[in-house]
Amino acid sequence: MTDIIDVSLIDWSRAQFALTAIYHWLFVPLTLGLSFIVAMMETMYVRTGSEEWKKITRFWMTLFGINFAIGVATGIILEFEFGTNWSAYSWFVGDIFGAPLAVEGIVAFFMESTFIAVMFFGWNKVSRKFHLASTWLVAVGANLSALWILVANSWMENPVGMVFNPETARNEMDSFWSVLFNPVAVDKFLHTISSGFVLASVFVAGISAWFLLKKREEPFAKKSILIAGTFGLLSSLLLAFTGDSSARTIAKVQPVKFAAFEALYEGKTNAPLVAFGVLKKSGEKIGKKDVNEFLFAIKLPDLLSVMTSGDKDAYVPGLIDHVNGNTEKGILSTAEKISRGKIARQALTDYSKAKNDNNTEKLAELREKFSNTDFRDNYFRYFGFAFIENPEDVIPDVHGAFYAFHLMVILGFWFILIFTLSIFFLYNGKLHQYRWFLWIMLLTIPLAYLASELGWILTEVGRQPWIIQNLMPVSIAVSQISTSSVQITFWLFALLFTGLLIAEVSIMLRQIKNGPNHQEEKR
Amino acid sequence: MTPIITHIFLQNYWWIIVSLLAGLLVFLMFVQGGQTFIFSIPKNDLQKKMIINTLGRKWEFTFTTLVTFGGAFFASFPLFYATSFGGAYWVWMAILFSFIIQAVAYEYRSKPSNIYGRNTFDTFLLINGSLGPFLIGAAVATFFTGSSFSLNDMKQVHWETPWNGLEALLNIRNLALGFAVLFLVRINGLLFIINTVDDEGIETASRKKLIVNSLWFLLFFLYFVFTLLVADGYSADQASGKIYIEKFKYLHNLISMPLVLALFLSGVVAVLGGLFITIFRGGSKGIWYSGTGTILAVFSLFMLSGFGNTAFYPSLFNLQDSLTIRNASSSLFTLKTMMFVSFLIPFILAYIWYAWWSITNRKVTEEEMNSEHHTY
Repeated sequence: MTDIIDVSLIDWSRAQFALTAIYHWLFVPLTLGLSFIVAMMETMYVRTGSEEWKKITRFWMTLFGINFAIGVATGIILEFEFGTNWSAYSWFVGDIFGAPLAVEGIVAFFMESTFIAVMFFGWNKVSRKFHLASTWLVAVGANLSALWILVANSWMENPVGMVFNPETARNEMDSFWSVLFNPVAVDKFLHTISSGFVLASVFVAGISAWFLLKKREEPFAKKSILIAGTFGLLSSLLLAFTGDSSARTIAKVQPVKFAAFEALYEGKTNAPLVAFGVLKKSGEKIGKKDVNEFLFAIKLPDLLSVMTSGDKDAYVPGLIDHVNGNTEKGILSTAEKISRGKIARQALTDYSKAKNDNNTEKLAELREKFSNTDFRDNYFRYFGFAFIENPEDVIPDVHGAFYAFHLMVILGFWFILIFTLSIFFLYNGKLHQYRWFLWIMLLTIPLAYLASELGWILTEVGRQPWIIQNLMPVSIAVSQISTSSVQITFWLFALLFTGLLIAEVSIMLRQIKNGPNHQEEKR
Repeated sequence: MTPIITHIFLQNYWWIIVSLLAGLLVFLMFVQGGQTFIFSIPKNDLQKKMIINTLGRKWEFTFTTLVTFGGAFFASFPLFYATSFGGAYWVWMAILFSFIIQAVAYEYRSKPSNIYGRNTFDTFLLINGSLGPFLIGAAVATFFTGSSFSLNDMKQVHWETPWNGLEALLNIRNLALGFAVLFLVRINGLLFIINTVDDEGIETASRKKLIVNSLWFLLFFLYFVFTLLVADGYSADQASGKIYIEKFKYLHNLISMPLVLALFLSGVVAVLGGLFITIFRGGSKGIWYSGTGTILAVFSLFMLSGFGNTAFYPSLFNLQDSLTIRNASSSLFTLKTMMFVSFLIPFILAYIWYAWWSITNRKVTEEEMNSEHHTY
């Protein structure tokens, strides 16, 4: 059914997608959050008529523009890479996956790009209120854009609202609302945009802190911190809430990924939540893969059981349960899933043969089989397992998932603390005196970027080997092109994106150094 | 009673939408066309800035249309998306590279500390302006000339040449459409500059270049159209879906679809009309005629490639693997869902139109360049 594909092609294709996604995600969160921050600032300007607010708005808007351009540049590649590098995937699920991408373009991206032109060039050409509305619409458009992309991504994590059609050998959508309101999508959208709001707030607050450290632009900096601190605190609380909700959903729909987050090998009742720990090899193995244990760990008793099921006595399955199975808890072994997946795959091969042979009787029988609920729920749902070689291959990189997850969570709490203190110090009028805290605010900027990237790393690394959970492993989704072609484009992208990133950072730093008054004086 | 919204109806509907998006995209590539003149028309930095700023205020429309075109093609004809992008890898990658460098060039070119200097970013604009339209034109020409690919049982594409799409550049008809699109967007770029920049020097130089570029466009375009009308085409049997070669297929399509013929001729006349009033009458509104003509002509070329039981993405390696709007489309459910989304398009076009006019209601002037806060 599928040709034999070179492993290095898969790895290079994977590396290229990861590279473009990581670069793209360096810029998107700032766009998501800064667009709202700028809109709030401009609202203050329109309400008060104060030129100071206008100056503040324009300064942050300039930084927004610099960041937005490179975000767009890196984003276009991701959409088209589904076709260029994952063409088998594009056909297998294009009927479902393409729709959110198209809706993104039609509904969200046009809104964003139309009104961004008014936002930048309309200051002296349109009324204040129309300009303000345009700035808000840019923010709404950017976040709507994120919604549709995240709906598409969430569908890969939890494929819902579709049915397999053997005639076309692909999955086809049968409920748009199930795709849109996929529980993973709802959680992921709220969690992702709030992470963007937090990152942008950290960015604005951190740069404003730098101005205070330099004893420059004090009113500008304090007003910026007021907006960013308030927005950041509310967003970081939302981030924590949606993070919790997201983890609960993952525990239900991607239990293997969840177990990897917690490095939980042996399932248990009264499972503790690991606040942080260091992993080491235990010496045991599952198949060919090492089992890890904790060198040390800070554990919160029963919390994992409570989190996943609301009951401290609840059983939380571990990675070993998922690989070897646990009859008592009703968990199928991966070997069993592989065998069921192979039955589903064979049925598809038979269908294709019957079609070629024009065997109408067999075709009718197989059509009946594919529409049978029992076959769908107990066999076809494991279709992707047919391509899994060893049961332990379904375990993702536990080290990567565990550390990324825990570091991200710790940083999330760190942001709540920073925003709370910044608002408190601002209100008691002592913020500019606490130079140590201003330094912390400044140094938190890279931490926000780190947390944001870690979120995606754990999402994507955690669901390996699947491109579509349980239905299609990455290995069979790849385009059949030469490895050398992908290697060349990988390095070209790496070179180009790195070069552009260097230019972006350099321009950004210069604009910040010049400060808000430089632009006004230039006029 | 047969329902009106059948799978066939929706496949046709979505081919029309995709064709319309293609027309809009080629029109909006006047931005790319204009970019090819940033080293030849301006006599000084200020003139260059005026040209770049009038084009730069529209670059995102083109970019967004390209993304939407890709998204709509993916959603409605995923097999084309999987086959062409996954097979003609190098052509699409080259197009994408040219658009990546455009996206940053406007914003970064005049910003201090941009590391690589203004000329580097201006060169990015030139590369994007030349390479993007040419390659898109050549890629679209393969809708008529075919490509060497095969599909397996799982519809996975295998490109049958080691060049992954670059071999299309060895076909003179592909090159002709590539150059025709390039010169068309250059013409539209010049017409747009004439329409929106208030500078005598720029206008004179633009009008001069318009004549030469129009002649080149006509040469390549007429060659492509002539070869298209006499060429064999790829027909799909309506009942069995089997693909076969039909002599004068595209000429037959034009004759059997008089509306498409009328649209095509109207498009060509409108482009020529835009050129005529600008070159011979000294008018400055030629872009609106030529732009409308571009949309109509490209739209009807797409209709020609997909309608009339035609394989719009022919396989030269195995005829039966050719893609038609029937075998490459999404399911009835998805196309129907997307149809409801497409009802938003008039509303979107309305606000784009309003926003466009609100910031383009005055010509770009020297004074504005010196006083504006945000310039490229």
